[in-house]
Amino acid sequence: MRSSLGRYALWIGLAVLFAALPHIFTSGTSLTKMSLMGIMIVFALSYNMLLGQTGMLSFGHAVYYGLAGFMVVHFINRASGGAWPVWLPFVPLIGGLTGLTFGIIFGWVSTKRAGTAFAMISLGLGELVAACSLILRGFFGGEEGITTNRTRLLRLFGYNFGPQIQVYYLIAAWCLICIAAMYAITRTPLGRMSNAVRENPERAQFVGYSTQMVRFLSFCLSGFFAGIAGALAAINFEIMNFLSVGAIQSGTVLLMTYIGGVGHFFGPILGAVLITWLQSSLSDLTGAWMLYFGLLFIFVIMFSPGGIAGWIMLHEPLARAGLLMRLLPAYLLIAVPVLIALAGIVGLIEFGHHYLVKGATDGTVVRVLGVALDTAGPLPWLISVGLLAAGLVLGRRLWPVVTDAWNAASAELKRRISA
Amino acid sequence: MLELVIFSSLNGVLYGMLLFMLASGLTLIFSMMGVLNFAHASFYMLGAYFGFEISRRIGFWPGFVVAPLLVGAVGALVERYGLRQVHRHGHVAELLFTFGLAFVIEELVQMFWGKLPVDYRVPASLDFTAFTLFQTTYPAYRMFMLLVAVGMFVFLLAILTRTRVGLIIQAALTHPNTVAMLGHDVPRIFMMVFGVGSALAGLAGVIAGPALVTQPSMAALLGPILFVVVVVGGLGSLPGAFVASLLIGLIQTFAVAINLSLSDIFGPGGAALFGDLWQATVAQLAPVIPYLLLVLILIFRPTGLMGTRET
Repeated sequence: MRSSLGRYALWIGLAVLFAALPHIFTSGTSLTKMSLMGIMIVFALSYNMLLGQTGMLSFGHAVYYGLAGFMVVHFINRASGGAWPVWLPFVPLIGGLTGLTFGIIFGWVSTKRAGTAFAMISLGLGELVAACSLILRGFFGGEEGITTNRTRLLRLFGYNFGPQIQVYYLIAAWCLICIAAMYAITRTPLGRMSNAVRENPERAQFVGYSTQMVRFLSFCLSGFFAGIAGALAAINFEIMNFLSVGAIQSGTVLLMTYIGGVGHFFGPILGAVLITWLQSSLSDLTGAWMLYFGLLFIFVIMFSPGGIAGWIMLHEPLARAGLLMRLLPAYLLIAVPVLIALAGIVGLIEFGHHYLVKGATDGTVVRVLGVALDTAGPLPWLISVGLLAAGLVLGRRLWPVVTDAWNAASAELKRRISA
Repeated sequence: MLELVIFSSLNGVLYGMLLFMLASGLTLIFSMMGVLNFAHASFYMLGAYFGFEISRRIGFWPGFVVAPLLVGAVGALVERYGLRQVHRHGHVAELLFTFGLAFVIEELVQMFWGKLPVDYRVPASLDFTAFTLFQTTYPAYRMFMLLVAVGMFVFLLAILTRTRVGLIIQAALTHPNTVAMLGHDVPRIFMMVFGVGSALAGLAGVIAGPALVTQPSMAALLGPILFVVVVVGGLGSLPGAFVASLLIGLIQTFAVAINLSLSDIFGPGGAALFGDLWQATVAQLAPVIPYLLLVLILIFRPTGLMGTRET
């Protein structure tokens, strides 16, 4: 009883959070950002149905997102002005069905194989569709893309979905529905079998399941939700162009999902929120944000393959036993060298970016905290390298403190469990 | 017509040989380490940019020698301090690591050399016409590229079949575990193969840079084609990679030269049913053909043309 109550509380809390967010972050830009986050959450979760749940690495997931987006744009244009009796909030279903259809077609081809072959087929299909998008100008609109006007459909309760806030709530509602649906799918026998196929396809076969069928069903469902995300994107931006089916979009969703963490259901949500936020915030601050993005991805792969979610869940047993506070001093201590090293890396990238990219037009002098530094001279470089080296050396010194604290807390946890 | 056939064949073989310089390294790395290296085309791009930078400061020929060595060193370092760390997290993590690396290299190249193409020129010593056929001239630099590519092919073949290292590598292609059990330092062989593979990609970049366009997107443009070559030829098969490189090179070059569409052949009647596809010329469809080939091969002949292992 208590656990089911807790479960509903989580979903109600999420719904309240989605409803309350526009009242907390009221500015227009944050509304745009949050709408985009909602779209990306659905997209990343749909991607994780493949990578995280079923163990299929896809390099062409944007195909279903983009094609659905295009289909929705055409649909809205056809239905405009009351030509068809459709309300905008139901349009994402069209996108979902488009994604599902292409999921069935391409999935039938690609899920015959698993592993690297599947990854390669998905890459090939992605490139195929991306190359076609520039040839079939009637459907994809060439380089300019195709525009639409979401307000031209029938009004629902007087809302025409012109203002961004109405679109936000539309996206939030669909996002919530999709999160719940995708979570529910992980609890079904199909969801469990996908995990089995990911872990050990041979044994799954011995139990009597067709691994290909499990992969195919996961793939189709994943295409459906990617299609909903694409439809929401089409509604949000009112434009779709060839980039949305391309390799960069496919790569972005892969990076988001992996950084968030593929091992846990909520990982992609974290990844989508974090990366969307980074994309919009960092791109205002620095011209080299893509580089940070790539470095973050490599860092996660090398040192935290479970992503952010994996790192958080590592602490879950300790948090449940109330031992998390014991780690705090060690974490605060290690934060110092980490921040110092980070400052060094940021310095190197930013000074480098300023010197190499902006130096020719804006001059080589850059102001940091009110101090003018000439990036053509050695001083900023010495400072950055010094910070990085100091951070690394200090970090290596202090690392045993963290492992000791971790071991002590784990030992305490074990003692309590056995007691 | 004959003119078209001769020049397209020549260019196709040239493009194919260029592809092979990259595909050979990629397929060797894959068969030894099980890693499909997404960053392989990035090493090709690094080669072009290093070559450009050196040729701008010293000259083309020093760059021709030094740039591939530099790229090889970068590759070896990446293997030693990157891939080897990731290896324990499994193949997916390794694949994703190279994917991220390709991303970072492209960003760094954009930072250092800008987003626009750089002016990487053919050296003066090779800037003349090799021969004239049907009033069309053929530049000597292209012949030089062909020569280098063939030379590299012979060099690779000699190393693989005539030296001890080559024998070990060949053994590792089919029986990696046995090679390790025989006491060979497999991690070091990995590092070496990765380094040499990167250096070959770098060499391809150095010679392709002046003939094609040296720009930050050159890796992203070539990378997927490279996968097509390796998969179509059969993962791990050098002869397969050779055949597939030439095949793709010729298909691409000939397709670009053919200005026919379905509506030219069957009349405009099908346009209503197929839309733009009916009007599209073969030249316009050229970028699609390799991927179509990839998908068909993976469905109908998963081992590739000459491969022995399933992917």
